[in-house]
Amino acid sequence: MSAESIAESLGGKPEDPTIKTLTMNFGPQHPAAHGVLRMVMEMDGEVVERLDPHIGLLHRGTEKLIEYKTYLQSIPYFDRLDYVAPMCQEHAFVLAAEKLLGLEVPERGQYMRVLFAEISRLLNHLLNVPAYGLDVGAMTPMLWAFEEREKLMEFYEGVCGARLHAAYYRVGGVHQDMPAGMADQILAWADAFPKFIDEMESLLTENRIFKQRSVDIGIITPEDAMAWGCTGPVLRGSGIPWDLRKAQPYDVYDRMDFDIPVGKNGDCYSRYLVRVEEMRQSLRIVKQCLAEMPEGPVMTTDGKVGPPDRGEMKRSMESLIHHFKLYTEGFHVPAGETYTAVEAPKGEFGVYLVSDGTNKPYRCKIRAPGFAHLQAMDYVCKGHMLADSVAVLGAMDVVFGEIDR
Amino acid sequence: MDEKTEAVIELGEYLAAKFPTEIVEKTVALGELDVIVDAQSITRVAKFVRDDANCLFKLCVDVCGADYPDREKRFDVVYNLLSLKHNLRLRLKVQTDEETPVPSVSGIWPSANWFEREVWDMYGVFFTEHPDLRRILTDYGFEGHPLRKDFPLTGYVEMRYDDEQRRVVYEPVKLTQDFRKFDFLSPWEGMTPVLPGDEKATKEEGEGA
Repeated sequence: MSAESIAESLGGKPEDPTIKTLTMNFGPQHPAAHGVLRMVMEMDGEVVERLDPHIGLLHRGTEKLIEYKTYLQSIPYFDRLDYVAPMCQEHAFVLAAEKLLGLEVPERGQYMRVLFAEISRLLNHLLNVPAYGLDVGAMTPMLWAFEEREKLMEFYEGVCGARLHAAYYRVGGVHQDMPAGMADQILAWADAFPKFIDEMESLLTENRIFKQRSVDIGIITPEDAMAWGCTGPVLRGSGIPWDLRKAQPYDVYDRMDFDIPVGKNGDCYSRYLVRVEEMRQSLRIVKQCLAEMPEGPVMTTDGKVGPPDRGEMKRSMESLIHHFKLYTEGFHVPAGETYTAVEAPKGEFGVYLVSDGTNKPYRCKIRAPGFAHLQAMDYVCKGHMLADSVAVLGAMDVVFGEIDR
Repeated sequence: MDEKTEAVIELGEYLAAKFPTEIVEKTVALGELDVIVDAQSITRVAKFVRDDANCLFKLCVDVCGADYPDREKRFDVVYNLLSLKHNLRLRLKVQTDEETPVPSVSGIWPSANWFEREVWDMYGVFFTEHPDLRRILTDYGFEGHPLRKDFPLTGYVEMRYDDEQRRVVYEPVKLTQDFRKFDFLSPWEGMTPVLPGDEKATKEEGEGA
């Protein structure tokens, strides 16, 4: 059969022997979709012409639920957004509430938060970098990195009792101090960890197959990165030196000495390199936190926000009343609104919090970095091969907990 | 007052001078600039703050809705913008009701596309000239706008797998126990700024100092 007759049998006109684009479903259940993502792709042969991500399969109505909960009860919902780096989300919410309350956090509390925000960043990159490797065909880093993640989750467990859904940060500080001896454990781990990064890099960075799959794939120009609302490693991979920890420092980030890695080409490989370097920089922050952390309380001593000491409650009537009020009614937040953002591992994670002066948020909009990144998928993947879309998705670092909310 | 707040106040004056009729109200609270813009001129203001050398808000970080049912124009559409060049944030707001559509800014910031779809999905605010205004987070064929304050937390329908029909079916919500909303707000709590009778005490204190 000639090309014309094939085209005719498929419905094309003989004088215009183009073949109709094929619509293909990617997901909702697909190992490379990093969760529940359905992408409707229009393919021309193996080239993606249009890509329409359908999201919301993991939508749980977090924002609606938070409107019915007190500020304290809202915190655990933030763990369930980006479940790969839970504490960074809590950080944004407690900072927003503190801003409305005008609350000062004790220094040790701020250091604890920064320390665990960086541990969360390491947790995130330890999942994303090897998972990206897995997407493009490298199996081993994933298995190695999970061992390291497990060690970090033990630190999570040490301070809050949970490996994943921490609910550790509080409005006014953190729930409790580190157990004795944990600082040394973290330090010992931080000393040993660079060796792991080197080993992982030896498998990926100069690997021929890895580079073939990622160099010059999914290039985002700096202008387009801004237009599409990209933040975090995706924006930095495109060569824009922007990091909220430096530009708009919160807690004690202004005292930390660290560098912001910036990519050159804006392709998947740049984003990978930025993340690997960020791990090394996070390690520097972790060490500084441990070295500089002062003694003192980790939670605000303002009795209207922070709960009283357990021992105090046995003796003082006021403490007992405060405890009862805080855990039933909760504290009141003065009316007002704020948009507060933190540099989460995936990009800018923001909380737009509106308070009407009661004990519950009136509106809590969660701005997830992955939402904007996934939206750019259509623009980035256009003209790429089908297999490249998987690489682009992996390098975007999407987690559906935060995108679907 | 710190440097940031001063820069934000300056920006507010600058915008107010440029758009005397379009800007309805501007406030600076907690170091954040909040500008309420007339809904029909949002695209003009948006284009200006993106391109003007003193603004350069090239990143549209977020667009979201908010519902205030007591107001005549019950919905707010809130645009959170970020300028990398000046390291500033700006919050634009427009007010609208169920019927009045808002011009879309997705032609100015492509990132607003999905954010506006989400506002449409969650609040039912319609955007004109939006290239692709479909629902985004809720299920295919969902009815209603769940983040409105008059939408119940439990929703109207629940779904389960039906063994006989061999597919997932929707049914009206059946609660084994009535939905309980715990209020806990006590009328006599001392958290309100001034308790009746207390204003005298603070006044005298103020005079004495």
